[in-house]
Amino acid sequence: MKQTLLALICGVLFGVGLALSQMLNPNEVLDFLDISGRWDASLIFVMLGALPVAMLAFKGVLKRPTPLFAGQFQLSTKQWVDKPLLLGSAIFGVGWGLGGYCPGPAVAGLGLLSQESVIMVLAIYAGIAVYNRWFGQP
Amino acid sequence: MTNFTPYSALAGGALIGISAVLLLLFNGRIAGVSGIMSGLFYAPKTDRLWRLAFLLGLVLGAALLQQLWPGFNVPRQHYPLPLLIIGGFLVGFGARMANGCISGHGICGLANGSLRSLSATLMFMAAGMVTVYVIRHVLGLGA
Repeated sequence: MKQTLLALICGVLFGVGLALSQMLNPNEVLDFLDISGRWDASLIFVMLGALPVAMLAFKGVLKRPTPLFAGQFQLSTKQWVDKPLLLGSAIFGVGWGLGGYCPGPAVAGLGLLSQESVIMVLAIYAGIAVYNRWFGQP
Repeated sequence: MTNFTPYSALAGGALIGISAVLLLLFNGRIAGVSGIMSGLFYAPKTDRLWRLAFLLGLVLGAALLQQLWPGFNVPRQHYPLPLLIIGGFLVGFGARMANGCISGHGICGLANGSLRSLSATLMFMAAGMVTVYVIRHVLGLGA
């Protein structure tokens, strides 16, 4: 129950953050990726806002033996750059550039009653389902 | 045409960072949206409710800002449907293969000093930039 409520609060913060940072505006995302055209650097500032906060705090958090509400930290144990990582990221990047949506904004966009978000969430789940069927749930 | 909006982007980014920190501190989880989405249907049954809550929170958060600041975000319309459908499919498929998306790799993984996440983030950006170049400047499609 505590974990569920905490996840809801984190989701709300994340959703407000996405909305405030214009990540919900897919044309803004496409303009950010359009370095040879009408480049708009705003989205770099999203990372500049998020990364220092997360970098500083993650260090302290991960010094703890356990999280506050759970038995253990669940982090990826993979260390090495491998082919699925690079190929998957390239496929992801092509999809990102086609529509201007990554998963977070696609979901959060439902809160704007955006029709595109409905299409995107369904299409993303189709991609997830096909991957999981072919290669198994990682 | 979009506007350069560095201050709201910084503030929004900081909120995203705080969200990721809290989820790790309290629940021990990485705030990676594609992984959370996938697990909503594919994780063990007892590991699903928090995912639903987080995703619901994303929707509520965006709706909340829309109430507080109407017109700040205006949903796009009339974008070519095939680009959306193919784009969404590739985003979902690629994120599973890479074990993460912008939030998981680009925020949480980078903050954790992961070389894998740095590689993934650079690859997302490079592939996205090439794609937008082709769509906009070679094919003349999109927005």
